[in-house]
Amino acid sequence: MLNRQGRPSAPQAHGVSDPAAGMGDQAARLQGDANQLGSGSPGGHPTFTGNKALAQIEPLLFEIGRHDVTGVDLDEPEDFEPRLGGLERKDEIGLPGLSEPEAMRHYVRLSQMNYGIDTGLFPLGSCTMKHNARLNERMARLPGFSDVHPLQPVSTVKGALELMNELGRYLVTLTNMTTVALSPKAGAHGELCGMMAIKAAIEARGEGKTRNVVLVPDSAHGTNPATAALIGFVVKPVPAREDGWVHVEDVKERLGPDVAAIMLTNPNTCGLFENQVAEIAKAIHEAGAYFYCDGANFNAIVGKAKPGDLGVDAMHINLHKTFSTPHGGGGPGAGPVVLSERLAPFAPVPFVTVKDGELTLVENDEDADETPFGRMTAFHGQMGMYVRALSYMLSHGSDGMKQASEDAVLNANYIRASLSDLFSQPFGDKPCMHEVLFDDTWLKDTGVTTLDFAKAMIDEGYHPMTMYFPLVVHGAMLIEPTESESKSSLDLFIATLRDLAMAAKKGDKERFTGAPYHAPRRRLDETRAARTPVLKWTPPAPMAEAAE
Amino acid sequence: MRYLPLSDTDRGEMLARIGVKSVDDLFADIPKNMLLKEPVDLPRRKGELEVERILSRMAARNVSASSVPFFVGAGAYKHHVPATVDHLIQRSEFLTSYTPYQPEIAQGTLQYLFEFQTQVAALTGMDVANASMYDGSTGTGEAVLMAHRVTKRRKAVLSGGLHPHYVDVVKTLSDMASDQVVTLPADVSGTEDILSQIDDSTSCVVVQTPDVFGNVRDLKVIADKAHQHGALLIAVFTEAVSLGLLQSPGSMGADIVVGEGQSIGNALNFGGPYVGLFAAKSKYIRQMPGRLCGETVDADGNRGFVLTLSTREQHIRRDKATSNICTNSGLCCLAFTIHMTLLGQAGLKRLARINHANAVKLADRLAGVKGVEVLNKTFFNEFTVKLSKPAAEVVERLAEKGVLAGVPVSRLLPKAGLDDLLLVASTEVNTDDDRAAFVAALKEVL
Repeated sequence: MLNRQGRPSAPQAHGVSDPAAGMGDQAARLQGDANQLGSGSPGGHPTFTGNKALAQIEPLLFEIGRHDVTGVDLDEPEDFEPRLGGLERKDEIGLPGLSEPEAMRHYVRLSQMNYGIDTGLFPLGSCTMKHNARLNERMARLPGFSDVHPLQPVSTVKGALELMNELGRYLVTLTNMTTVALSPKAGAHGELCGMMAIKAAIEARGEGKTRNVVLVPDSAHGTNPATAALIGFVVKPVPAREDGWVHVEDVKERLGPDVAAIMLTNPNTCGLFENQVAEIAKAIHEAGAYFYCDGANFNAIVGKAKPGDLGVDAMHINLHKTFSTPHGGGGPGAGPVVLSERLAPFAPVPFVTVKDGELTLVENDEDADETPFGRMTAFHGQMGMYVRALSYMLSHGSDGMKQASEDAVLNANYIRASLSDLFSQPFGDKPCMHEVLFDDTWLKDTGVTTLDFAKAMIDEGYHPMTMYFPLVVHGAMLIEPTESESKSSLDLFIATLRDLAMAAKKGDKERFTGAPYHAPRRRLDETRAARTPVLKWTPPAPMAEAAE
Repeated sequence: MRYLPLSDTDRGEMLARIGVKSVDDLFADIPKNMLLKEPVDLPRRKGELEVERILSRMAARNVSASSVPFFVGAGAYKHHVPATVDHLIQRSEFLTSYTPYQPEIAQGTLQYLFEFQTQVAALTGMDVANASMYDGSTGTGEAVLMAHRVTKRRKAVLSGGLHPHYVDVVKTLSDMASDQVVTLPADVSGTEDILSQIDDSTSCVVVQTPDVFGNVRDLKVIADKAHQHGALLIAVFTEAVSLGLLQSPGSMGADIVVGEGQSIGNALNFGGPYVGLFAAKSKYIRQMPGRLCGETVDADGNRGFVLTLSTREQHIRRDKATSNICTNSGLCCLAFTIHMTLLGQAGLKRLARINHANAVKLADRLAGVKGVEVLNKTFFNEFTVKLSKPAAEVVERLAEKGVLAGVPVSRLLPKAGLDDLLLVASTEVNTDDDRAAFVAALKEVL
């Protein structure tokens, strides 16, 4: 018996006597899953559906949707003469639809297989998974912000310009820089913007041909070298030192008339504030180069120090980290770049400026008094994120932002101090900024890797920390609790990590190597995914046969 | 402060455990003279009510699209988004999750990405799609770089019908990377001679359809010519709804398809965040930028999804990566896929027909106004009109009369001598009353 998609309605292995026979494709597939899941789960009695109470299995949209179903009621237009020049689509698109209740259930069930900040502690180092206030969501959805077109007359969007200007003022004040380019769409896009400004400045000096080297410490995030290389810079690494800091003499050694810039993350990815930053900035400037600062870890120092005071020429700010716009499962982000006086004239269009006492929007190079290097994106950047970030800043105020940074640093150090007897720190036991870095030396001879340890944390209800980054540390575990965690939350987290650590040292290997046991999926085969990539759903073979 | 859980007692106990006297001892690596003693010069904390007042006051100074007859397009379109979409993307597990690096607890994100990729591939008529880009314009820049990697050539030819912001984004990126760009002059009629620009040094030809002036373009001839010379055709769209009614770029021979997905599921948001759609032929997978989600199995043999082919990416390849991108447009991509799922092909086709029908009605009505000439022979939901007065001035006057009439071409191309041209868009949100208001106001102004 075939179901409506032409596939057998029961798994072949079970034959006609199978209870799923005649129940349709979904039931049959679930039955298959139920058998599998039942066998792999410790102590669980297999269920008919494969579901386990609230843990629901959800088929792909393409396995439950139908081509003639829609969840949107629209009336067919009256007859009219199309003006498409004979280029109408004649083939079927091949997209199934779901009614509204089906769609609601599909996505709610999917969401339940996800871990978010609202689920539990999310100590992902260098990602700043802090609380996402819903006030910010509400503000971004005000029709005056969300339902406004980027190209409607400027006279009808005065409030939008005011918001952009105010956000810019906050960012410039917090960093003591000259101006800000708001439009970059994410951190890496901000890096690109900053490095483009540097390239434009160097070309304006007539040194475009000769200054083409960018220094990047080995501990840097991968986007730094990728960004520099993207626009033709040659990347020269600055090696890691055993103390976790970049040393001014290592920088000086590499400086010359060919060096355009250094890209330095500060606080760095080892969780440390670069204690020679002032000397490094001085050396860089004396050599005629620029200081790009990766602002990924700005959350440690907001209101405590201003990057402009440290000699920074350009720094992107991840609004989705420091200023709590939601990470949303991988975006959208926003990466405004603050610029020093030396780079400010090269900021890309568009930007908001004051002309004749009124805010105006400069959208084209020709209309600018300065010398913009070009345009990063269509329109004006991530307005939805600007609103959320400003809502965060207004809520915190200068006192709250300072307190947030202090609490973030305090929380990270509390974890450090509470684990330092069991976990190994690659650069010795010293205060960290808002994230603490451990390596895997302490796991030696346990048969447990950093990856195994992370997967065991999943079983305990935690999202793992950042693993294997920075690359300069073996088996790195980078823990960033953020200021959003209470002391009792940290205490339970610490106790859990201590319990896991002792289990690993005691030889309870299976708890780790087989983990996760309790997640919606067991460990996934990433090698297989990469070797034979399956990047979209295709109809199963029986369907094609039936069609013939 | 309502977002900060630590009490002063907590802080004291924690400092004691750490073994320092004050929190500033933890900031000892910051040079003394650079450590701020006082909070920065900005206002102090505010309650929710006060923040809401301040931001609402700013929002009220903007005219929202739904509050007036609205015909503005040029790369961002006002569509109705079902209530379900916005509800679902605000679920905590979607909103507050991270890039799915731990796939065992991110199957929700990964499965919708897999579904999204499948939808985009079907819609564009291509083999594979990625998990989205920042937006259509940056996606176009990435598509050009990808074509350079595939062809090992460095010259892109850009159609004069490509959105001027997209042109600027590609040019900025190409100039910085010392790649060559040939840009054709603004092509209002959609009849430019792009074929003669293609030669054996061409890496890619970038053509938008419907183009920025609204013309529906046949890509077949361009694809053939490009392929004869070993170049790739990059097809661009800024109105995703058009794909419901028009032949897919893939069926016309495109090698890479890139476009703006805002129209489906996403609000106007004054220009962002949006979602870039990116699809290609499967033989180019390993040169694609951005995240890719793939199917696999877990240790029990159950189907699951992971991010894959990451050896292309910056966190592995560093300066040899295909792109510096490390995010997609997650929630906007989710909004797109939910709305697309609600529509299905049946709903999408109907939505597209309504858009086209409304635009046809509007074009016919505007054509009857003295001083207005509709220039397009073909269009989907947007077209260009020639006015008897400068378009920028007309648009301002119409705004005063409570009609947001469209985008003056001079705003996008200030020095092109096209000051009398206006881009007018019409979607399913426009009613007969809207059209009547537009026509009446225009008659007064012209």
